[in-house]
Amino acid sequence: MRRALRALAGVAVFLALWEAASRAHLVDPAYVPPPSVVLVALGSSLRNPVFVAGAASTVLSWLIAVALATVLGTSLGLLLGSVPRLRSASMMVVEFFRPLPGVALIPLVIALIGTDAQTKIALATFASVWPVLFNTVYALGELDPQLVDVARSLRVRRWRIALWVALPSTVPFVLTGIRFATAVALISLVSTEFLTGGTVGLGQFISVSGSSAGRMDLVLAGTVFAGLLGCAADVLIGAAQRRWVPWSHAGEA
Amino acid sequence: MARLGRAAERWLLFAAGLVVWELVTRSAANPYFPPPTAIGATAVRLWLSGPADRLFLARPVFHDVLPSLGRLLVGWLLASVVGVVVGLVLGRSRTAAQYCTGLLAFLRALPAPTLVPVFLVLFHIGPTMEIATIVFGSVWPVLVNSLDGARSIDPVTIHTARAFGVPPLLRAVGVIVPASAPKVFAGLRISLSIAFILMVISELVGSTSGIGYQLVFAYGDSDLPAMWAWIVLLGALGYACNGALVTVERRALRWTGPATTN
Repeated sequence: MRRALRALAGVAVFLALWEAASRAHLVDPAYVPPPSVVLVALGSSLRNPVFVAGAASTVLSWLIAVALATVLGTSLGLLLGSVPRLRSASMMVVEFFRPLPGVALIPLVIALIGTDAQTKIALATFASVWPVLFNTVYALGELDPQLVDVARSLRVRRWRIALWVALPSTVPFVLTGIRFATAVALISLVSTEFLTGGTVGLGQFISVSGSSAGRMDLVLAGTVFAGLLGCAADVLIGAAQRRWVPWSHAGEA
Repeated sequence: MARLGRAAERWLLFAAGLVVWELVTRSAANPYFPPPTAIGATAVRLWLSGPADRLFLARPVFHDVLPSLGRLLVGWLLASVVGVVVGLVLGRSRTAAQYCTGLLAFLRALPAPTLVPVFLVLFHIGPTMEIATIVFGSVWPVLVNSLDGARSIDPVTIHTARAFGVPPLLRAVGVIVPASAPKVFAGLRISLSIAFILMVISELVGSTSGIGYQLVFAYGDSDLPAMWAWIVLLGALGYACNGALVTVERRALRWTGPATTN
């Protein structure tokens, strides 16, 4: 309770400082409007059908991208994690692709699959598959061999070991990977929308408000909204980790 | 010997991948997917056609590649210094950390690319705006990981240092920093990859030079082999930067035992 109050107090102090700095013209309020103005802009945006449609498109694409990254990341990770030879051979290819910024691939992806939502979903999946993949591989490497040996000496069948020994000890890592992927996917989606003209989405709304209208209050309102979405997802997944995988600390790999 | 064999195996796989890529793109003959030989030829024309006194490096190397890397490094180093210092301090003070967790969770979730319009009007087109974007986006992983590292130091370690009368400053440098180092490095690696992405994004939107700028320019010019050359360069640079950091990490953390790859 006290922790939550203190966390809120910290946010309040930050907002107060920002408000004061903007009102006292330490930063130009036309460029960085105070939070009270941003809040009003956010309120009016929530009644703006363009904003709501964009936000809905972003959230839907987000869910799809995270689901795809989870399925692809865990299955590839299980494959690479359980075949060491394959892992050491493919890591170089993986390390080459991983740092590639998805935004650099926008023109190619558009050429391949068109400009609709599938482009941003594909790029967000590309960006967010890595944390899931790496955490899955890492989890299999961290599997305590003693646990497997004990299970074996008790003549537990192989598939039962996989189901009741290996899986429970990988789940916390995989969940941490998904948690990270969720954050990456949202930022990647909004960036792609921001950079690709003529699309629908939160990022496009911010881009139009910023570059053609010069409305920094709307830019910040959209950015804050995206931040709140990311925060909410992070809190939800954190709660799920504590509730369903309490046998491990929800640490970050 | 086994190590050499593994390295050879990797390069062999890499070469095999190139051959497959060449064959597939040649048979597909899609203008958007030029074969790697065409990309290589364009890359040589782009970067290695300069005068001999400049080691044959062409203008884009000095005008785009090096400035991009400079901004990346300056932004990432600034973010790293701020992140490590603030993170370690917060990590050693439970009260301060409790006041900041909510704020940190929120700031970390903000998409830095959409703040580019704000940074553009604040700092105008140029390196300052790009560095500001990179710093804002990449500071959080270092900060949060340093905080976590400093918080989870075994209390016995700190108590021992205290019992031996180690002064606070020496305790910070000699005990807290090394004990948090594994977590700090994990954060540094994440923030480097974010800094890389933000470098490209800020150059796509508000720049007149740089790798990202040249990439869009090549696309606008329908010079697809050139665009691919810039993309491949990005991948290679990312690979090299990450490799360099992992090497530094291995050396710095040798005392903690075998390093993990990720």
